[in-house]
Amino acid sequence: MTVPGAQRAGIRSPGRASIGARTLRTDRWWAYPAVTFAVLLAFVAYATYAAIVNRDYYAAPYISPFYSPCLSLHCGAVPGSHGAPHLGWFGTWGIVTPAVIILIVPLGFRLTCYYYRKAYYRSWWLSPPACAVPEPHRRYTGETRFPLLGQNLHRYFFYAALVFNVILTWDAVVAFDFGGHIGVGVGSVVLVINAVLLWLYSLSCHACRHAVGGRINHFSKHPIRYRAWTFVSRLNPYHGNFAWLSLVWVALTDLYVRLAASGVIHDPRVF
Amino acid sequence: MMQAAMTQPGEGRPEAPARLLRVWRGDKAAGGLTDYTVGVLGGEVVLDVLHRLQATQANDLAIRWNCKAGKCGSCSAEINGRPKLLCMTRLSSLPEGPITITPLRTFPVIRDLVTDVKVNYDWALHVPSFAPREVGKPSEYRMTQADIGRSQEFRKCIECWLCQDVCHVIRDHEQNKSAYAGPRYFIRHAELDMHPLDTGDRRAVLRERQGLGLCNVTKCCTEVCPAGIKITDNAIIPMKERSADQRYDPLGRGRRSWRHREGRPPGQES
Repeated sequence: MTVPGAQRAGIRSPGRASIGARTLRTDRWWAYPAVTFAVLLAFVAYATYAAIVNRDYYAAPYISPFYSPCLSLHCGAVPGSHGAPHLGWFGTWGIVTPAVIILIVPLGFRLTCYYYRKAYYRSWWLSPPACAVPEPHRRYTGETRFPLLGQNLHRYFFYAALVFNVILTWDAVVAFDFGGHIGVGVGSVVLVINAVLLWLYSLSCHACRHAVGGRINHFSKHPIRYRAWTFVSRLNPYHGNFAWLSLVWVALTDLYVRLAASGVIHDPRVF
Repeated sequence: MMQAAMTQPGEGRPEAPARLLRVWRGDKAAGGLTDYTVGVLGGEVVLDVLHRLQATQANDLAIRWNCKAGKCGSCSAEINGRPKLLCMTRLSSLPEGPITITPLRTFPVIRDLVTDVKVNYDWALHVPSFAPREVGKPSEYRMTQADIGRSQEFRKCIECWLCQDVCHVIRDHEQNKSAYAGPRYFIRHAELDMHPLDTGDRRAVLRERQGLGLCNVTKCCTEVCPAGIKITDNAIIPMKERSADQRYDPLGRGRRSWRHREGRPPGQES
């Protein structure tokens, strides 16, 4: 099987070994991008629906993480939201629901996340679809130009996401307050797991690792920050796992609250 | 005794199974995959089988190799389409069926499995050298493990060029070879930039002249590194963050300038 040297680009550039096949990989290299594509697409579809539908996001004492903090004047005024805590800073216009107003922060945090970048560059942009599998694009400028230059703003989204984590942690605490009595419902556990996963995802973030100590060269002069960096460095290898778990769980949390708020399910009380 | 010494392992031994090797043979002008059936023994690595092939059926097969221990980085090639060291890939780790062995597909081929990796050494000349600050007599400075731990990981690099080979920035875009130093040199920069004594500022060099922004952190370099260096997590992303400190974070830069303002005791984030 002799392939004459072809005057083409990429792996078929002049001088390189002339091999006809785009890739000689025999394993299921397509599985990771295919599954990633499907899961992200499912999440985007569900999150879009949940954010725009603007109802069924509060079933006392649980509030959906998609609608917390609820900044709109109309929080609590739509079906399935009666009694929802809110700050009342904005109105609601068309598709600009209370969820749409705040989702820019978690969305920006995940879009600029170093792990998700790998995930969606591979699965959505096929750049590359897998290691040693050629990408279909003829030109490539990476993250050197707008809009991908904006990936450098990841740290700002990280800081904002920490504020959201505090709020969602408070929501998880409040989820044990059943009209002045402390209790535990399945929803309480769901919200606690949601808060824990979001903290693990945020604390294992590369921007967090850099901020707590990664930018320092002389660790021995900063023992506390060195310990903080060491702690985050232990979490960091699992950042991808936390990214998926927290993504799926936040959607499931919204779904649980949505079903409870709309009366489809009744939240079972543990005690 | 003489007969035993001349017998190739696996040859003439009925219990030795045979594997079909599909080896790329050729040069810059033309080439292709050639099939060979070679006897193998349990526990062998791909380089062992290629040596048997070279000794018995293809005496002119060109292979670059040296230590056979995963320490010299010479025998890089692509096995079943994946960049690997020939000497560290056990046959038992490969699926049943033919084993396809080709040269690195990112660099110009010289002959058979040998490629010209000169472009990597050219980039080495563009990495500013270690520039230590004055610390008095050499015996007065004590380096702690905490200070040097990160750089030590990057010193494990054996320069096998598998990370450079697999990186799509140059593998799929030949024109980027002159603008992109690649993962191997990003870890070299990181090693020096994180050194407590180094005075060089490597962030602008990486960002403006060596293509750090071209990397889109898809982690293939980390996947193929035979030394187990976490190239993306421990070198490239930290250098991207350090670059962002300098170029894309006005709030952080202002805060650090204020903390290190004139008249304040020298301090910290060094």
